[in-house]
Amino acid sequence: MKRTVLDLWVGAFVAVGIAAVLFLALKVGNLSAANFAETYRLEARFDNIGGLKVRGPVKSAGVVVGRVADIRFDPETYEAVVTLNIESRYRFPKDTFASILTAGLLGENYVGLDVGGEEKKLQPGDTIAKTQSAVVLEKLISQFMFNKASEGDADKK
Amino acid sequence: MLKRLLSRLGASVVDSLWRLGFAARFFWAILTHSGTALVRFNLTIREVFFSGVMSLVIILVSGLFVGLVLGLQGYDTLQRYGSSEALGILVALSLVRELGPVVAALLFASRAGSSITAEVGIMKASEQLKAMDMMAVNPIARVVAPRFWGGVISMPLLAALFSAMGIFGGWLIGVQFIGVDDGAFWSQMQASVDFRTDVLNGVIKSVVFGIAVSFIAVFEGFDATPTAEGVSAAITRTVVTSALAILALDFVLTSFMFRGL
Repeated sequence: MKRTVLDLWVGAFVAVGIAAVLFLALKVGNLSAANFAETYRLEARFDNIGGLKVRGPVKSAGVVVGRVADIRFDPETYEAVVTLNIESRYRFPKDTFASILTAGLLGENYVGLDVGGEEKKLQPGDTIAKTQSAVVLEKLISQFMFNKASEGDADKK
Repeated sequence: MLKRLLSRLGASVVDSLWRLGFAARFFWAILTHSGTALVRFNLTIREVFFSGVMSLVIILVSGLFVGLVLGLQGYDTLQRYGSSEALGILVALSLVRELGPVVAALLFASRAGSSITAEVGIMKASEQLKAMDMMAVNPIARVVAPRFWGGVISMPLLAALFSAMGIFGGWLIGVQFIGVDDGAFWSQMQASVDFRTDVLNGVIKSVVFGIAVSFIAVFEGFDATPTAEGVSAAITRTVVTSALAILALDFVLTSFMFRGL
């Protein structure tokens, strides 16, 4: 086969192959502009983070505004310190409330940010003061059972 | 009796060790003689054409069918739990992580690997390699290295095309044929397929498989007994060894890549 025809075919093959990789990265995967967007860090301390994982979403009003960058345990206060990477174009007020929520009944955990009314904004590196821990289903159920049991006792008396 | 048995065991161990050592030295020789394959790049381009472009049809068609089957089977299972929108996740993750690299490599081994072994083996049987040596042309640099690099370049591209085609097939069945919501199909897929842990690891897998299959193919061809029978046995060994190597390597790579998930 002639050299130029060969080169043409191989060139087309490589181009289509690279296009396939790009398709997998951009259309199938989540390597979109959001991952390259500038971010700043916020910290939040929780008593219990439930099943939250690194790279889990941070949502405000249901919109993904960032990702969980790091989770570590503070051995002095016995709290979980969660570092959040928030996109720079989103700023939140000082009295923002961070809570760990679950998507659906059995879905993944995510950090939800409920915005307060304060004028001052959180600066990069700040710690979110008000947090709410994950709701652990087992605890909820056992609480419910205890309540039921004590109600039953009260009825007997 | 016992002495004969022991000496036979010893002979087979020594033989296989010798072969392993030869394979390692051969691999090193390919790497050190790759200069020609890279400087005279048209030699490698020719091999990319024969192992990559010529495998395109089988890769694309089987990728499409694997995607179609995944779409049907995945929908059948998922709709029992009322989560048929997760079809995109199922199709994309199974293709990008596992099926794409592994099935493409298996097809590549039987389509391109076998023909590389046959070519090199017949060159050896008809003493073309020796003739090259006589003319002070190193056959490893001129014949083996371009075929090796041609395979290494082609394999990741073929695997990516296989995955892309499979996802297209899954979309065709799921969205066009069954009627899963188009937006949910793509958005759920994008939400749960991670570029680094899923797509990039799939690409790494396909590169490793490409190196393994191409090396096995050129090695078996170069090592073939220079007879018609020897070449046919070498081709069989190429396909069998490649398939085993792909599946074993896949297990090893997966256990390193997806341990925490």
